[in-house]
Amino acid sequence: MLRRILRTGIVSEPPPEAGAEAREVARLNREILRILGRALTIRQVDAGSCNGCELEIHALNNPYTNLEGYGIKFVASPRHADMLLVTGPVTKNMEHALKVAYDCTPDPKLVVAVGDCGCTGGVFGESYASCGAVENVIPVDVRVPGCPPTPVALLAGILAAVRRD
Amino acid sequence: MRFFGEPIEFEKQAGIGGPVWLGRAESGEALQAFAVAAHRADGRLAALWGSDERRRSGCFRVHCVFGFMAGHIRVSLDLPAEHPVYPDLSGIFPAASRMQRATRDLVGIATAGGDQRPWLRHGAWPADWYPLRHDAAQLANAGAGFPNAPSDYDFVPVGGEGAHEIPVGPIHAGIIEPGHFRFSVIGERVLRLEQRLGYQHKGVEKLFVGRNLAEGARLAGRVSGDSTCAYAWAYASAVEAACGASPPPRALGLRALMLERERVANHLGDLGALGNDAALAFGFSQFMRLKEDWLRLNAKLFGQRFMMDRIVPGGTTLDLEAPALRAIVEQCEAVGREVKALGKIYDEHAGLQDRFLTTGAIDADLARELSLTGVAARATGLILDARAHRQGYTPPPPWAMLGVRPATDERGDVAARAAVRFAEIVESLRLLRELAVGLPDSEVCVEAPPQPGGDGLGVIEGWRGEVLVGVALDGEGRLARVHPHDPSWQAWPALEHAVMRDIVPDFPLINKSFNLSYSGADL
Ligand code: SF4
Repeated sequence: MLRRILRTGIVSEPPPEAGAEAREVARLNREILRILGRALTIRQVDAGSCNGCELEIHALNNPYTNLEGYGIKFVASPRHADMLLVTGPVTKNMEHALKVAYDCTPDPKLVVAVGDCGCTGGVFGESYASCGAVENVIPVDVRVPGCPPTPVALLAGILAAVRRD
Repeated sequence: MRFFGEPIEFEKQAGIGGPVWLGRAESGEALQAFAVAAHRADGRLAALWGSDERRRSGCFRVHCVFGFMAGHIRVSLDLPAEHPVYPDLSGIFPAASRMQRATRDLVGIATAGGDQRPWLRHGAWPADWYPLRHDAAQLANAGAGFPNAPSDYDFVPVGGEGAHEIPVGPIHAGIIEPGHFRFSVIGERVLRLEQRLGYQHKGVEKLFVGRNLAEGARLAGRVSGDSTCAYAWAYASAVEAACGASPPPRALGLRALMLERERVANHLGDLGALGNDAALAFGFSQFMRLKEDWLRLNAKLFGQRFMMDRIVPGGTTLDLEAPALRAIVEQCEAVGREVKALGKIYDEHAGLQDRFLTTGAIDADLARELSLTGVAARATGLILDARAHRQGYTPPPPWAMLGVRPATDERGDVAARAAVRFAEIVESLRLLRELAVGLPDSEVCVEAPPQPGGDGLGVIEGWRGEVLVGVALDGEGRLARVHPHDPSWQAWPALEHAVMRDIVPDFPLINKSFNLSYSGADL
């Protein structure tokens, strides 16, 4: 097993697209640390997705993107979260739970709406069963379109939200 | 043609998809008798849904699909508009229960007897309003304006001294879809788990109504994102049966390539996550790396990491050239070597095996009883795979030529579900190589002109299990009704059984080993 670790090495690459972005992430992360006094914590809430967006959010934790390596952590409770990363569309059946999660998140809270569905309702739109876009239910700071958005786009969206803060 | 000596006449569905027979029961008693006979013949309930046919024939209709040795049988039954009631089948097939409840919530046709609690309706629309009825059309568009009043749910009370309840969800810890789990426990031991799902219900079936075939394909590919290829193919196959279209041989090969790539991607992710839950972070990072490499090649070759929208009625939207096919073969070889090495590490890792063995076990009798399909069924020893030959069954093209060897393991526990995934990756890599090397020369798409009034059923062996899509067209050749069916319908109740007698802290691991779709079953 040790041999395998040695052979593969550490495959954490700088976030794709540009080394500049990787440096930016590191810089922002230090800034976040300075402002918050700790790492950025994210609570992911699936409010009605087809689960495609979740596949890409999972990919943020793979050794290539390695979000945790930058000190950005997914946490289990909104109470410990700086940011809600919400996929949609928000179903009517999740409307209440999403509002509760939002209320439980301490101020100042950032909300990132993920995917075409989270941004606009996407293919599911608004209906008897769907509230559509996340912003129809809670205030949204940043939108990351895509069906599903790539891990790079997600990372950029998270950074954009932090920058706004 | 008749089955099991029952007096229902069936016609074989035309086309090149899996073997499907379609028939009509004359009465509720005839449907019930057929279900009993199907059960006796080792059949399973594959899907159940309803449709509003009042505009065409003045009635409602319930459709039951039974899976059996030789393929699938769909039995439909007309129900009078003024009293749309049919016999409760849950005493014969327990899997019927949630499907019947959902059908009542959406179409307003009900069973005489059985569990009458709502399933998908949590209070977002009134109890006497049914979204899939024709006359609900106006209201269903753009914010129906019903007050959203979440209703209480009657969980089955669990008695017993020292027992207490732990409610979890709908929002779970982690990056996962929402659903509610109610555990009854004594100490750490789980006495019972009751699930309440439906939180992902976003009105998918309603959205299909009135769409054209291409729009339907896009939507079908988003029923459960992790199975987008399986759904797109099952939908295309149903449409092709309904419209008398035959996708060209190369398209079938390409579809199979995509389906197997989807299977491998998901199995890689699951094996990583299972390692992670058993505190083997190394396994997690290795499998996630392999999965990411896999998805990047998808993006390069198919223009999309999950190959969404590449399978359409009539064929595929893209072709692969020789260098692309070579890249697939090369990747299969590299991934095969790594998975083999990782398999050895998983097998020999004492801590991991300790967590996996005997945890979350179900047996083949229960799997049969619950009409289970897919990884979870094969992990109890059932040999059930729509891609593989079995007695009396020849799989549809392109599988028949490939000689698919289904993976099984008799243990029924987390270890077995992991072992089946390992074995299926190896087999899929073999299939991918064969498909890439032997892809027939032909065009990749033909016209599938909509056939007014056509209807069909598509069945595809997705990575999780059997995916079915039923399609019916209206008089203008638009979609009148589409019912996508996820294998999770049958597997969620199996999970309820699997956690019994285990301890609460093992639940995440057991849940992961099933990795069921919420969206696919909540629709
Ligand atoms: S944006 Fe696409 S992948 Fe994400 S939930 Fe919507 S349909 Fe699924």
